[in-house]
Amino acid sequence: MSVIKVQGLSKSFGALKAVDQLSFEVEAGQVYGFLGQNGSGKSTTIRMLLSLIHPSQGHIEIFGQSLTDNRSAILEQVGAVIERPDLYPYLTAQEHLTLFAKLRKQKITAAKIEATLAQVGLLSRANDKVQTYSLGMKQRLGIGIALLHDPQLIILDEPTNGLDPQGIADIRQLIKSLSKDQGKTVLVSSHLLSEIEQIASHILIIHQGKKMAEGPTSSLLDPNKTIVQIKTLDDADAKQKLMASAYRSNVLERTEGLYLTIPKLEIPALNAFIVASNIDLVSLEAKNSLEDYFLQLTSTF
Amino acid sequence: MWPIIQIELFKIYKRPRTYIAFGAIAALILVIQMGLKIDGEAYAAFLMKDINDTLTVDGKVLNGYLICYILLQLLLVHVPLLVALIAADMLSGEANLGTLRLLFTTPYSRTQWVLAKFVAASLYTILLLIWLAFLALFLSMWIFGTDDLFLMKSNYVVLIQEQDVFWRYLGAFVFASFSLLTVAALGFLMSSLANNSIGPIVATISAIVFFTILSTLNIPLFNVVKPYLFTTHMNNWKEFFDIQVNESNDAITGSILNVAKIKNSIIILAIHIGLFVGASVWIMKKKDILS
Repeated sequence: MSVIKVQGLSKSFGALKAVDQLSFEVEAGQVYGFLGQNGSGKSTTIRMLLSLIHPSQGHIEIFGQSLTDNRSAILEQVGAVIERPDLYPYLTAQEHLTLFAKLRKQKITAAKIEATLAQVGLLSRANDKVQTYSLGMKQRLGIGIALLHDPQLIILDEPTNGLDPQGIADIRQLIKSLSKDQGKTVLVSSHLLSEIEQIASHILIIHQGKKMAEGPTSSLLDPNKTIVQIKTLDDADAKQKLMASAYRSNVLERTEGLYLTIPKLEIPALNAFIVASNIDLVSLEAKNSLEDYFLQLTSTF
Repeated sequence: MWPIIQIELFKIYKRPRTYIAFGAIAALILVIQMGLKIDGEAYAAFLMKDINDTLTVDGKVLNGYLICYILLQLLLVHVPLLVALIAADMLSGEANLGTLRLLFTTPYSRTQWVLAKFVAASLYTILLLIWLAFLALFLSMWIFGTDDLFLMKSNYVVLIQEQDVFWRYLGAFVFASFSLLTVAALGFLMSSLANNSIGPIVATISAIVFFTILSTLNIPLFNVVKPYLFTTHMNNWKEFFDIQVNESNDAITGSILNVAKIKNSIIILAIHIGLFVGASVWIMKKKDILS
């Protein structure tokens, strides 16, 4: 069952197209990694999933219901941390959790609040004002707020930002445990492949608002696979023919041409198919391995 | 919606900025009361200097009721600025902190959040007014005692008997709550347009100053819009202290000279409150939460 189903999602800010015709599905129990460099459209997409931003185009379904029509019921089952852990500096961690507990239909007990504080390692600082917290502590409190009501879907936008190595390891462990032990669905975004590959069962690569690749982590990071760029005289015709073939699930259309993600050994067969299909080929170029390609896309520093 | 109103009230209660207005009002009132207690007779003599030859007033002119009137005249012009400090920060302050994202990803709708915030800002405003009433009226009554209220208007004097004064202050404070809620609603609207705290506060104060000037200037062009400006009506709490007289020119106890004017002002102010809050809800529903 799809927990999240996104179809043709786009968002423009004036002339800037932040998200462009994005479609993907997240299945129940998956840890779904959303990978892309800063400014690639990850946060904009996540904000649309949380109804913070109105999509310019497209449709979002969560738990099989339209987000537009069932926002309140959907968000009852969603916990989220969006980018920075922005909190009230004049309130304590305990007060934050007590306030946010009031916002849920289900009764959240004092024991649950204490357990959540312990889960995110803030029990000893529960009564200190947030203005005295480090960035990492704020991030952990943000995650605590997201988990407090035991949501079915957890959306974490760059959750390890500002955390020390031990904190990062703890969050990784927590995300794995949420999926494996509690059957939660987790959508987690990062600009670091190394971060995502350790926790995600599936990955979507987003670049300049467009989906570049999507699939199981093990498959996408298979060193034997490569990206093939095809340039033709008529991309629309070529795409139509490829979509009607066995290659349909591997085709991505971009302004600079068509891309296919296939094992290296299948390149000659692809070439033969193009010739047989009378596609007016200009060039066929094998790019890097997928891993190199991801690193190239996501390594901004 | 009660849980989110509680949350908003709790945040106001915990925020240090909340207490600036309470402190400022207390400081101003206490300083003025102290000044009048020490040198009040000279002040009263100065007020009465033009009519001393034609009118003899028995009793205690400088009593708690007159002190309260003086204080309200001075403070009800400035309290809106203090209200703006909180109201104009309700939405934009959260946008600036980034916490609007936390609120808007809860099951409550944006409309519910905006209305809850306005209710909380309104309760804060009313509490501020009660604080003002306590200090300006009750404390003055305690310090200066009570007697008939003697007011000097621009071209006439009003004498209201002691037993006929207190309810007028209650009416004036209820009226003032409409005035201040209009300011709160305006601050709220400004707040919905910005993502920082300072801009909406300055914009609200500027709008009040701008429209007050328009309301005060006697220029034909502005006279057309004056009846519809909220600033024209904000000071009409004073109408509670204009009294009807009978054929012998004796004051009619329990009367108000122009009840229709008070009603009209309350309607105009309520319409402004509705429009400002409605516009805030509409803007926030349309807004993309980016910060």
